[in-house]
Amino acid sequence: MFDFFFIIEKLILISAVLGITLFIAAYSTLAERKLAAFFQDRIGPDRAGPFGLLQPLADGLKFLFKEAIIPAKADRFLFVLGPSLSMLAACMACAVIPWGPDLMLFGRTVALQITDLSVGLLYLFGLVSFGVYGVMIGGWASNNKYSLLSTIRASSQMISYELAMGLSLIALVLTTGTLSIREIVLGQPGWHWNILAQPLGFMIFIVCAFAETNRVPFDLPECETELVGGYHTEYSGMQLGFYLFAEYINMFISSAVMTCLYFGGFQMPFIASLGLPQNVVALFGVVFFFVKILMFLFLFIWIRWTLPRFRYDQLMRLGWTGLIPLAIINLLATAVFQLCN
Amino acid sequence: MFTVYFPLLMLLGAVLLFVVATMALTHLVGPKRASVHKHEAFECGIPSQGDARTPFSVQYFVIAILFVLFDVEIIFLYPWAMEFRSLGWTGFFEVALFTSVVCLGFFYIYRHRLFSFKK
Amino acid sequence: MTVILNLGPTHPATHGVFQNIIEIDGETILNADSTIGYIHRAFEKLAEHRPYYQITPITDRLNYCSSPINNIGWHLTVEKLLGVKTPKRVDYMRVIIMELARISDHLICNSILGVDTGAFSGFLYLFQHREKIYEIYEEICGARLTTNIGRIGGFERDFNDVAHRKTLEFLDEFSVALAEFESLLNRNRIFMDRTIGAGPISAERALNYGFTGPNLRAAGVDYDVRVTTPYSSYEDFQFEIPIGTQGDTYDRYMVRNCEMWQSLSIIRQAIEKMPEGPFHADVPEFYLPPKQDVYQYMEALIYHFKVVMGEIPVPVGEVYQAVEGGNGELGFYLVSDGGRSPFRLHFRRPSFIAYQAYPEMITGGLLSDAIVTLSSLNVIAGELDA
Repeated sequence: MFDFFFIIEKLILISAVLGITLFIAAYSTLAERKLAAFFQDRIGPDRAGPFGLLQPLADGLKFLFKEAIIPAKADRFLFVLGPSLSMLAACMACAVIPWGPDLMLFGRTVALQITDLSVGLLYLFGLVSFGVYGVMIGGWASNNKYSLLSTIRASSQMISYELAMGLSLIALVLTTGTLSIREIVLGQPGWHWNILAQPLGFMIFIVCAFAETNRVPFDLPECETELVGGYHTEYSGMQLGFYLFAEYINMFISSAVMTCLYFGGFQMPFIASLGLPQNVVALFGVVFFFVKILMFLFLFIWIRWTLPRFRYDQLMRLGWTGLIPLAIINLLATAVFQLCN
Repeated sequence: MFTVYFPLLMLLGAVLLFVVATMALTHLVGPKRASVHKHEAFECGIPSQGDARTPFSVQYFVIAILFVLFDVEIIFLYPWAMEFRSLGWTGFFEVALFTSVVCLGFFYIYRHRLFSFKK
Repeated sequence: MTVILNLGPTHPATHGVFQNIIEIDGETILNADSTIGYIHRAFEKLAEHRPYYQITPITDRLNYCSSPINNIGWHLTVEKLLGVKTPKRVDYMRVIIMELARISDHLICNSILGVDTGAFSGFLYLFQHREKIYEIYEEICGARLTTNIGRIGGFERDFNDVAHRKTLEFLDEFSVALAEFESLLNRNRIFMDRTIGAGPISAERALNYGFTGPNLRAAGVDYDVRVTTPYSSYEDFQFEIPIGTQGDTYDRYMVRNCEMWQSLSIIRQAIEKMPEGPFHADVPEFYLPPKQDVYQYMEALIYHFKVVMGEIPVPVGEVYQAVEGGNGELGFYLVSDGGRSPFRLHFRRPSFIAYQAYPEMITGGLLSDAIVTLSSLNVIAGELDA
């Protein structure tokens, strides 16, 4: 049972996936600043390396070498635990993402997925809930009124939007009949993307994804003009870096999840008809998958620099009285539609 | 089981290693200069009064309770969604009945204006 | 349970240093209390020890977003005391500068309102045009933020060609930018939801508090000093006074936006109708003679000395002169006992008056409403504390 090559293969895959995730998250900070600069007629960071390409490295190093201040009244252990949990939850989510079709290497079939959980969707759903703890613990440990207020905002926002997210996913499960993300992706060959079957479900899901990642227009927990710095008011150094970084990883992962669930994941239209070797198809699949992910990342950034943010009561009203009823209707309508066919 | 869950454990190990190592590193290499004012909690430039961890508005708690209720109801729907083809119309009507009870409860809390944060 | 929260003195939403202590239950504000005085510099007392022309730089520091209006308001006050009639050209030049200052004031208020609701990009679209306005100031008086523009009786020099060209360029470029900014926010659903009904004040309450300017007009009272008691030949220009109905944040935002369009039109009219003539009134006791003359003529040297030392008798009496500042009626109440400096000088500062209504306006609202209300009242700390 104990397969040495299997361990090696997974180790390589895990380090590659983690590396790529961190790399893309780091460079989406640069992309965000560059795109923001573009939207606002500015130049953006251009000092570190050519076109500012080394900026994420400089930022990371600076975070690392800054003093990690822990306020006197804070709970020291929980204060450090908060950002660590955020980071942990963000990184763990990449386990169930299928990054591409199977590769054939040295006579072995190598799946480009860390693990194909049969309950992949529930696993993701669980991690989303788990992510609340990082924010919650950090904000509470700070012992600062602004942090506490924003922590409570954050947790009630995240749990509220989880409901609509869960309901929209059930509708998706009705059409796909599986909870494994790999099977969901394989179930949308060519142009048979789930977005066509579940347009309303996708709209609900993407709104919830924005809310869960605390991005504009749902960035109430960290709205700087009301609650100073939100839940990370008291944070500095790498502890702050973890919170900020986890947000970008979450963005990346939710882009990947949206691509997998609704936009065919690594499935590339017309590729099957070309008769290419399996490994080339896999490579194209990975590239196409990342192109789709990057487009979602661009959408996240584009919206951030265009829209204002909601007010707390509007956010709750949208979540509870807008999205949840809509998601229930979508669920029942999908069921009826599926049964009639 | 092994092939499915062991990679997950490996990933957990790798991520834990990364998180703990980075946290340890930053505490090791970063400067440490203690000062009374630096370690005060931020209160807009004013000495902070009392402790932030006071009892808080009950409305957030109500939201949390509602979440638990609805989340459990959503979890009940997942098994149905998986077996929904084999259950057919019977299953659908049972779930529709279940959902309508949920909706009734939803309507009840809506009428009690629990989602409206304006007093 | 309620929580006491400090907004300020160093809070990102208080653009300047002043404090609000608010009591919140969840997100709802139950009580609010405002504190002022963090940058009180005793300007009224300072003014009692300075010759008249040295008070102009003090007025710069009132509402520093539109300091030329303060400068010119002060000059108008002294001219009223002296009974000086300024030439039309001076009036028109002043109108151009004051309307530019009004635009720079309103654009900051409105774009910062965008920032406070979370939309950052619109802020920069407008803000780069404040830079253009500052470049025009620079050509006219050499300074940018604290302008100290003009002199008692007129201007120290005529507008140069660069200033003319830059003003015309600004008129064209800014209308494009403002239209773009408006398309970003005016009908934006989230922005409207955030601002409509936030921090409202009725016309009656606003009048009782003594509101003036855009904050009063948003509540529906068409009071504008430029029309009710015209100064600096404002009666020569055609413009409209936009008014709101609800007195909420959205109305204040819209009133300011419309006023920027009106200001652009006034500047165009002033440039078109600009008469030829001297760029200062003939008040040798207060207007510095040209430097060449000071070197060559005895009289000029004597006047120069007297003006600089401020040793010139002024009429005894009291005057009140108001101008329409960025935030409302900016009044100067001047009591002269005939000495070299005012016996008493009082600034009627619109921000100070508007800020008193702030606790009443936010009580019962949500925390986020308090932020946008503060932003749209455009309380400038320098003007608040003086």
